[in-house]
Amino acid sequence: MSNRRHFLAQSTAAASALAFPMVGGAQPRAIKVGVLHPVTGALAYSGQQCREGALMAIEDINKAGGIKSMGGAKIEALLGDAQSTPQAGTAEIEKMNEAGVSAVVGAFASAICLATTQAAAKYNLPHIVDVGVADQIVERGLKNTFRFGPGYRKCAEIAVANLHVLNTAAGKPARSVMIIHEESLFGTGTANLLARELPGYGYEVKEVIKHANPTRDFNNIVLRMKAVNPDIVIPANYYNEYALLVRTMQQQRVVPKAIYSVLGGAASSYKFVKEFPEAANGIIDCNHWFNPRDKRSAELKKRAEAKGLFFSYEMFMTYTSMRLLADALERAKSADRAAIIAALESSSFSDHIMPYGLTKFVNGQNQGAQPLMTQVSKGDIKVIIPRDYREIDPIFPLKA
Amino acid sequence: MFNLSILFPSVLNGLTTGAVYALIALGLTLIYGVLHIINFAHGAALMVALYGVYWLKTGMGIDPYLALPLMVMAMFALGYGLQRGVINRASHGKDENILLVTLGVSIVMENLALLAFKSDTRTIETAYTLTTVPIDIGIGQAMIALPKLVAFGGAVIASAILILIVTRTDLGRAIRAVAKEKHGAKLMGIDVEHVYAMSFGIGLACLGAAACLLLPAYYVNPQVGGGFVLVAFTIVVLGGMGSFAGALVGGLLIGVVESLGGLYLGESLGQIGIFAIFIVVLLLRPQGLFSGNS
Repeated sequence: MSNRRHFLAQSTAAASALAFPMVGGAQPRAIKVGVLHPVTGALAYSGQQCREGALMAIEDINKAGGIKSMGGAKIEALLGDAQSTPQAGTAEIEKMNEAGVSAVVGAFASAICLATTQAAAKYNLPHIVDVGVADQIVERGLKNTFRFGPGYRKCAEIAVANLHVLNTAAGKPARSVMIIHEESLFGTGTANLLARELPGYGYEVKEVIKHANPTRDFNNIVLRMKAVNPDIVIPANYYNEYALLVRTMQQQRVVPKAIYSVLGGAASSYKFVKEFPEAANGIIDCNHWFNPRDKRSAELKKRAEAKGLFFSYEMFMTYTSMRLLADALERAKSADRAAIIAALESSSFSDHIMPYGLTKFVNGQNQGAQPLMTQVSKGDIKVIIPRDYREIDPIFPLKA
Repeated sequence: MFNLSILFPSVLNGLTTGAVYALIALGLTLIYGVLHIINFAHGAALMVALYGVYWLKTGMGIDPYLALPLMVMAMFALGYGLQRGVINRASHGKDENILLVTLGVSIVMENLALLAFKSDTRTIETAYTLTTVPIDIGIGQAMIALPKLVAFGGAVIASAILILIVTRTDLGRAIRAVAKEKHGAKLMGIDVEHVYAMSFGIGLACLGAAACLLLPAYYVNPQVGGGFVLVAFTIVVLGGMGSFAGALVGGLLIGVVESLGGLYLGESLGQIGIFAIFIVVLLLRPQGLFSGNS
């Protein structure tokens, strides 16, 4: 199997290199970059979306003349599959290191990122974390690890503070909360943060329930929800389980005052909104989101749709992470790992579609990174908070 | 927490899952009762059947319920062929060899599935995936998903047919004769090899039916069989090795235990009850609740 995977990874990389033929005679050597995601297994959908985002960025960078400070060197993707497990992710890092990559962009899930960043640190291999929201990822003092997006602590704090703002403005109809999370690092960590933050604002956390990945039956969880009858349901899980949970709620006729997600796997997903418009309607999410005022985000969305893909957070997070790396390569003027790390440390990358402003890394975390609050409305996803990016006014609560 | 309005739907939910467990366990117990071997490939064969249903739906557009006769026949043929062509030949008459051969067959099946379908978890969408049926019996109302209700009905009917075959037909009489006394059956002119293969075929045919009933509300990946085979073994031990009534009652019981465990202990701990029962039965009543062959 591993041979076959290896062969696939190699041949895909070769194919992508062929897709961007070098023009002219003396071309600089291509810069090998590891693109590592869980493209098979329980997280396959998200992993494939991430990979697409990375490949679109590489296509754009190479089309625009490659890395100019290195004589127009092209970026060459070495694709890896973490198979939705940390162990497989680590094994891919070993392979990528042997293949001589200059940096790695990946690896979507927190639990996988935690393992791959550490494995890459052994080789001083720069690792840009594209999603991986667990804060432990950037809190272990690893010099090679850089996360462009926000961590789950920031997301949970912003979500709770905004919930309180929305609830207060509506005359405080909501008092109790039920949290449903997936059992790995991302879901458990997010749920713990929420359960700690919410009582401070006067909310009663009635129940915190975890579930495995994959789960194909949410009936028991929804039955408990019926018994507990919370005002607000907060899911923190990946796409398949999120979608099934909300659909089971619909099936069992459970309608809370709000479904208020924090990093919800399907809450701000065009795929979910399109496939289950009724179940998705009104769902609020605090999640990675692009700057809706930036015209380039709409263009990128169109391009994704032209490929028959949904423009999901996985896609634009990895797209931007790859561009962040290209910016660092441009300033490093070298494919040397230490030089790239130094360039990332001093990055002030601002030419991106995210609502983060100027990039500034402290201990590997981008300080400007922030989530936006979105709500599903009329079959579309619109930003409700903060005001600077607001597209529609929030509807809270959903039912009186 | 012990509130009837959620207890009742949870028990119903458990019964519907349990019926499918029972169907899978029936196949296992038939193979054990006749061939006296524990079929380690049972889980892998279920996985193959699930992929079959998946492929029929996504590739040919055949609804899982309409695919049922097709899958039952295909799985029967697979089982018959496997027993006659592989397991019987490779065993050279030794029971311990058969055990290893079935284990080997399961490894081959799982890896072939991994090669063909990768480790992705796949599901199918049907028009009725999300349809619910309200059931009200006075003490509480439950919304049961239609596929689960169909699975319950289908599994009960399939089990009844299986029990009828074994108790009322000539083939059933031959199967029981071979199970009781192989040499005596041979002397009476029964083709023992054929009965072996028929039993294995029928055992796998149960899986073909179970797969059609399961997939509309479930998923498939190359490892999916593992979870079911453990539960099925527990059911067979609980009901008594080789007992059909035991498998049916055991399946329903395990389904309810799992569902209530999930409800009160949390989804991740839900299956703990199954294995607690497994250990308690082995300690207190190793012959099972319905001991002896039916």
